Formats: sequence, C-alpha cells, structure tokens
Amino acid sequence: MSNLTLPLDITSLHRAFEAGEWTPGAITRYYLDKIRANRLNAWLNVSEERALEQAARAERILSDSGGKVPLARFPLFGVPMGIKDNLAVQGEKLTCASRMLAEYIAPYSATVVERLESAGAITLGKLNLDEFAMGGSNENSAFGRSLHPTHPERVTGGSSGGSAAAVAGGECLAALGSDTGGSIRLPASYCGIFGIKPTYGRVSRYGLVAFASSLDQVGPMTRTLEDGTRILQVISGVDPRDATSLVMPAITRPQASPLQGLRVGIPAEFDGEGLSSDVRSSFQDLKERLTRAGATLIPCSLPHITHSIAVYYVLAMAEASSNLSRFDGVRFGNRAATAAGAESLEKFYAENRSLFGAEVKRRILLGTFSLSSGYADEYFLRAAKVRALIARDFDHAFQNLDCMLSPVSATAAFRAGEKSSAPLQMYLNDLYTVPANLAGIPALSLPWSRDSDLLPIGMQFMGPRGCDEKLLGIARSVEKLRNGGAS
Amino acid sequence: MSLEFEAVIGLEVHVQLATETKIFCACPAKPPAGVSVADIAPNAHVCPVCAGHPGTLPVLNSRVLEFAARAGLALNCAINRESIFARKNYFYPDLPKGYQISQYEKPVCEWGRLEIDTDRGRIPVRIRRIHLEEDAGKSVHEGPATLLNLNRAGVPLVEIVSEPDLRSAKEAETYLRELHAIVTTIGICEGNLQEGNFRCDANVSIRPKGAEKLGTRTEIKNVNSFRFVEKAIEYEIARQEQVLRSGTKVIQETRLFDADRGVTLSMRSKEEAEDYRYFPDPDLIPVRLSEGLLESIERGLPELPQARRRRYQEALGLSAYDAGVITRDAGMMNFYDQAVKLLSPQDRPDAGLAKSVANFLTGEVSRRINDEGCELSASRLTPHHLVELARATAGGVISSAGAKQALNLAWKTGETISVIVDREGLKQVSDIGQLEPVVAQIFSDFPAQIAELRSGKDKVLGFLVGQLMKRTGGKANPALLQELIRKRLAEE
Repeated sequence: MSNLTLPLDITSLHRAFEAGEWTPGAITRYYLDKIRANRLNAWLNVSEERALEQAARAERILSDSGGKVPLARFPLFGVPMGIKDNLAVQGEKLTCASRMLAEYIAPYSATVVERLESAGAITLGKLNLDEFAMGGSNENSAFGRSLHPTHPERVTGGSSGGSAAAVAGGECLAALGSDTGGSIRLPASYCGIFGIKPTYGRVSRYGLVAFASSLDQVGPMTRTLEDGTRILQVISGVDPRDATSLVMPAITRPQASPLQGLRVGIPAEFDGEGLSSDVRSSFQDLKERLTRAGATLIPCSLPHITHSIAVYYVLAMAEASSNLSRFDGVRFGNRAATAAGAESLEKFYAENRSLFGAEVKRRILLGTFSLSSGYADEYFLRAAKVRALIARDFDHAFQNLDCMLSPVSATAAFRAGEKSSAPLQMYLNDLYTVPANLAGIPALSLPWSRDSDLLPIGMQFMGPRGCDEKLLGIARSVEKLRNGGAS
Repeated sequence: MSLEFEAVIGLEVHVQLATETKIFCACPAKPPAGVSVADIAPNAHVCPVCAGHPGTLPVLNSRVLEFAARAGLALNCAINRESIFARKNYFYPDLPKGYQISQYEKPVCEWGRLEIDTDRGRIPVRIRRIHLEEDAGKSVHEGPATLLNLNRAGVPLVEIVSEPDLRSAKEAETYLRELHAIVTTIGICEGNLQEGNFRCDANVSIRPKGAEKLGTRTEIKNVNSFRFVEKAIEYEIARQEQVLRSGTKVIQETRLFDADRGVTLSMRSKEEAEDYRYFPDPDLIPVRLSEGLLESIERGLPELPQARRRRYQEALGLSAYDAGVITRDAGMMNFYDQAVKLLSPQDRPDAGLAKSVANFLTGEVSRRINDEGCELSASRLTPHHLVELARATAGGVISSAGAKQALNLAWKTGETISVIVDREGLKQVSDIGQLEPVVAQIFSDFPAQIAELRSGKDKVLGFLVGQLMKRTGGKANPALLQELIRKRLAEE
C-alpha cells in the first residue's frame, strides 16, 4: 500500500477506510514499522499487541457496518495515536521518562485513555517527555531526548517533546500531551503542529501522573485543528474519579467564527523586548493579517503577569515536592541496587530517591523549601495570592475581549545543549505559556509561520475560562487565514 | 518544702468512622459484620487509589463529611459551612502517598464543648477542633523484613482535639468514656477499642498548683484502652513530678506507653520533630455543608448519653450508678430503651420493672460481658427477655437465683423465658397446701430458733427461710415462706 497516499488527518483516514484504500490493520502496521525504525527517539514503549488487537477489532466493526465508518459511536475510529508516557495505560509501562519508574506497569488506565479507546482510537505506545514532565526541551528525559523531526540538532521543546516529534514526524496521527506551564504548546510550536491546553477541569486528570496538580491539564497534539477538536471532544467531560474536573458546556462542532469585528487583546507585557526578530516579525505578520481580515487589535494589560514565572515555579515545585513523595521505592517502581543494605530508613529513601534526575531533584528541593515552616508564608502562600491576582487580571481583561494573542515562545526551537547548564534561562522560556495555567484558562498553540531556517513558529491564542469552544472557533478562522483562505 | 503540682491534660482522639467504604476510594473500610480486622487477608482491601499509585486521585466519600458534622453537632461545635483538605507531608513506608490527607485550616468543626462529672464537679471540656483525615496502613515487622498491610490505609477518621482542660488521669478517662459513648450513640463509630476504632494521644504537662503558665508537655501516642490511658497519664504525671523535683527539666517529646511494664518511654524529641509542610490539597476542592443538610443531620441525632442518663434517673427512677453503667455503651443504651418501650405504662416507674430491667443489665449482663470480653450483641438475649424476667421476678414466678439461671440460658439459646422456666423447673412453689407441712416440720426441728423468733429476734427468720429453701430444693417462694412462718406463729 506504500504507493497510496498516507491520510494525514482523521477525516482523510476515514475516507481512506471507506474507499478501501487503507484498513485499520494496515495503517496500524504502517505506523508500528515507522516507530520501530525509531528515527526520533520519540517512543519509550510500543504497545504493539494492544494496537494490533484494537486494529483487528476495528476491522470487524468496519466489516459489520458494511465498510462505513461508524462515526457516531466511534468518533476516533481507527485513529493511531501516541500517549505521553505520564498517562496510565493498563498493563503497559508507565515510566514518566524516569529511572524511578523504568519498569513500572500501570495497573489501570487513565480516564482520557479509556475515553480515547472506547471512541475507537488505536494506542500505538507511549511517548517521550522530560522526566515527570519537568522541562521545556525534552532533554530531561532519563532515556534521551526526542529529536526535532526536521532539525535533529534542535530540541523538540517540552515536556511533551515525544508527542510533538511523533506527530510532526509522521510516527502517529495524533497524540496526547499534558501541559503544566506550556508543555503542550511549546513543543507544538517548536515542531509546527497544533497543541491545545483546555480550561483547567475540562479534561480529567485521573491517570495523569501529577507534576503540579492545580496546573496540570491533558490535551491533544495534532496536525490539524479539526483533529485536535475531535480528540478534545472525546476526552472532555466531568469525571467522577477526578474531584477537580468540572461540569462545563460540551464542545460541539466549533464553527469558524468570523474575524470581522473580533476583539483580539494584545497584552502589553507580552509585546516587549526579548522576542527574537523572527518571532517578532511572525507575530507582526499575524497581527497585520488579522487586522486586514477585520479584527480589532486591542492593547490590554495584565499587570501581575510579570510575576508569572516566579509564582509558577514556587507553586509548581511546591506541589511537585509533595506529589513525588510517593516515589520512594517501597511499594512500586524501582528500588536502587544500593538500597538493599541501607542501615536506616532515611538512607533507604535517600538511595532510592537518587534515581531521580537532576532537574527533578532540584524541583523537589526548591518545593520542599518553599513549603517549610518559616518560609511557607513568604513563598508558597504569597505565590498563591499573586496567582489569584493574575487570574483576576485575565477575568478583567476578557470582559472586553474575545481572545488574547501572543507568541508561544520568544524564539524558535533552540539547539540541544544550549540551555541545559542554565536552568533559569530554561525557566524564562515559559514566560508566554505559564500565565494560562495559573489562570486556568484555555490556550492553544497554532503553527503560523517558519523562520529563515524553516523552523516552525507558533502563535498562542488564549480565551476566557470555560470558553474552549469559542477559542477553537477563532483558531479555525486563523488556520484558514494562514492557509490562504478568506475567513 | 512540699510543692504541690497540678496536671494539665489535653486529648487527641482518633475515631474510626463506620462508613462502608474508605474516605477517598471505593474499597471496604471495615470487615464484614462479625469478622475481625485480623481475619482479613493483608492488602485484600486495597486499590490503586489507596495504594497511592501514580496518577490516581482521591474523591471524597461524602458520608464522612456527614459523620464529622454529626460529631460536631453532638459536641456543641461550630460547623464550618466550607472546609478544606490539606496534605500533611512525611515519609513512612505505610503512608502510601508520602503525605496524609487531613485538614489544617478550616476543619469541619471547631469550638465545641463536652461536660463531664468529676471530683471538681461538673466541668466543661472545650473541644478545639474536629477534623477529617485518612488512616495510614500498618507495618508488620517479621524478622529482618518489614511487610506492609494497606487495608487500613484510607480508612476514614475524625480527630477530636480537646483543649487542655483536664486535670487528672481520672478526668481524662471520664472524658474518653463520655466521648466514646457519644460517638457510638450517634452511630459514627463502632467503638471497638481492640480493633483500634478509638485511639487516644494524650498531651500531659504539670505545673505548680495555682500557676498560670503551662509546663513543658509530652505527648503519649496511640493508647487504645480506657484503663491504659489512665495508667499512662498517671505514670507520666508522676514521672514529670520526679523530673521537676530532682531539679531538671521536662523535655518536650513524644512518648509511647508500654502496657506490659506500665511505663511511658521516649520516642522522639522536638528537635527531631517533623515539619509537615501542610498545604491545601490541590486534588480536592473545598467541601460545603448546606444548611439543609445540617438541619437534617441535627434532626436525625439520637438522644445523647447525658440526656438519657438524666431521663433514666428522673423518669425511670434508676440510681446514678445504674444510669451511668447503661449509658456507657451505645449497645446497652439502645437495648435498655427498647426494653423500656416494651413495658406497659402501668409497669413503670412505680412498679419498679424499669429498675429491675436495669439491674439485670448492670448486674448479670455486665458481668458476662466483662468476664467474656464480648459484646451484648454477641448474645441471643433480647430486650424482651429482660422484660419477661423482670415481670416473672416481680410476680413471684421465679426467684432471683432462678432468674439468673434463666438469663444465662436465654443468652445462649434465645428461647423465651417461659419455655426455659418450664423446662428447667425454675418455677417457685407458691402452693400453700404444699408448703404448710414443711413449715410445720421446721417448727418442730428448730424449737430454739422459733423461741428466739417469738421473743422478737427477727434475725433468725432468714435462717429459717434458708432451711426451708434447702428442703424445697430452692423452689419455694421465699416471700410466701416468711408469710407462712408468721402466720403459724400468730396462730400458736
């Protein structure tokens, strides 16, 4: 079938199934072959048996329905997907790209994985990430970074680097990522695909290994916005197993919303220095195209977001220090070889917890500090207060806006190793993405242009809390605008 | 110079809530009825959530919130309409997540009060707070190995924290018994001390009598019997006195009670104390108690032990002692109330049947419970049995010895008292025609005693009745025998 065109989105895949050009088994085997070739180090575990079983089931269903894709029951029928390896798939390894969990098999499936699979998706395997999703370049993976599909010497961005590389590099049709401070949007931008971070609470976190519980959110990473929307529809919805999941209006089929009269906020705090000239001119280009299409650009101000990075790292590390306490080598996961002869319980813990990588250790230490007696008031509690102010800034600004626009990152994908010795530089890279997590609002990364090296540059659209559907509608029009169509 | 010291004691009581499922998952929180915790296979009641597997999340069992509110209302607390869960971070192998989900700021209940009767009279003990938390698992040390049993991990608890208002080991014991009676009466705890349903930490300090300033306190951890609490506190008070009299200082530390030796032993000092790094648990949203729910919980509260005690004394004529013994235990209280309901209005209180039923409970029934270390519910005895016994005794159908015998048989078999009395031949002989010849015989066999009786020495009457009982195989009605003796005397 190699002479046939490869369907690059869900709609074409379904058309190919119905035309008999591809079968679920054939497309699954095609991707499994590509994954096995391992061009990008994007995969940490391939669930071949599971995928082939699911494909076989899909073929039976297809033949039972007379060759017609039963879209109503299976909106993701036969869609070969990759899952970020911090999401549980029952019976499969769940490593979080950490030596701590290198051999750990998940005893249950994440709600999002259950929902994907019952919507007909095929689970190809687990995707690389920064260890426990802590990082912005995928260089913190204990199993080596995934490679940028077109510029292998560059980073994919992170932490969902494997997801972005696999989707952009054609090793799966779509993937799930998770976003705590930009972990979906940044790699999506670097690799030139769509990445959606939904409103906090729209998607269940049950089965997502927590990094910072109050910020983490699962979302789709896809080549088209349409595909991202479909996947989001499937994984959305309140989950009785996640107390922080919320009842929200369901996402139906977002209509491209007219750009004419659209009120687009441009936060002054995001429009400043620090942007690379390529990103700046790409941003400028988008703003001009939007204006020409009839949108109104409205300068706005979010005074407290200048503190975003500080607030984010205090809160995220504090939560992480507690969330990662369960990894002690006692009940599950790996136990350090040196732990066996430990003379005390403390030593036993110390040996086991030495399995964490350097960045994870750094964050646990900093987080523990900011919660300690005598420092909690000054760090954790103050950060929590400023976070509330940041959320209020957004609420305030959105009263007169339909959405906000900013770059995803100050630069395109940087070279591997370039920032690994400067953690603070790395943290500053999250400047544009972190505020949406702090405010719990939906945000997405839309691939807008390429720089002179042909590196993708993504733009970020943010919407009011709960208004994911509206945001997707706006992004759809912008996608059309990019593709040269009129809105 | 003999300086007198005064003890200052505050208690933290962990009450295991009798919900069907654990606090944050659907695992069973307790063994099936009649089965002991020890008989449940290790880790049989465990799922990925309570084992703390990566990616799992806690979801609150809303029953526990209701139970905590019940405790708060019974203990005159202010109930927080919104309360929040916090993580208490510390490492221990049997703590699956590396933190315990508990409450720190905004617990479910605050500012309560429980009155107890002490040597100082009736005193209020202030309740500082009642908060919800999850229990940890259990480490089992077997030789060089440590094994973990997580059946208990995630079992719901409320911790009831008192202010330091208690002044002696005895007062602490009284407070604990009262608290135990309350939590079992309102049905939030099964109250089984051996199974660890009700555990106590005691904060103890001493100060010179009359002093305002509190002394340095020690905390005695995890004592799970009323008697041990009293002994542990008594020992600790004496130990601290000795320390102070020897001119040294009490060290703030955690101590363990060694029940075998009757002493408390140092566990860790304050310098080694942990920094728990409490912060609101981001996995759980603040929980709300609506006015409507609170009202219905309040309406549903049963009559509390203190009110019952008063009613038993005032309306049913029970002694303070009997009322106290019956209201110590929810099972006995409810048993007694059911028995009283079976009495017809004319049976109480003048006829004394309510008192008679109470006497069976505080006498023979309590003796069996204490001797056998069992529960009233483990017997086949019903409230109906006790009413039957009280009536039969009052009506002279059986003697008190016969009643005891019948009660013990009913305990085992559950048969009705009348069936037992008939089969065992326990019925008293009240037939005058049958008894008169035996009385006549006594008169001729014990002339000296009869003469004494005639001269007004009533003491010998007991002796004569005893002799008559012997000769009738214990079946004669003693009251009737007395009457027959007097009648014969008068006729002579």
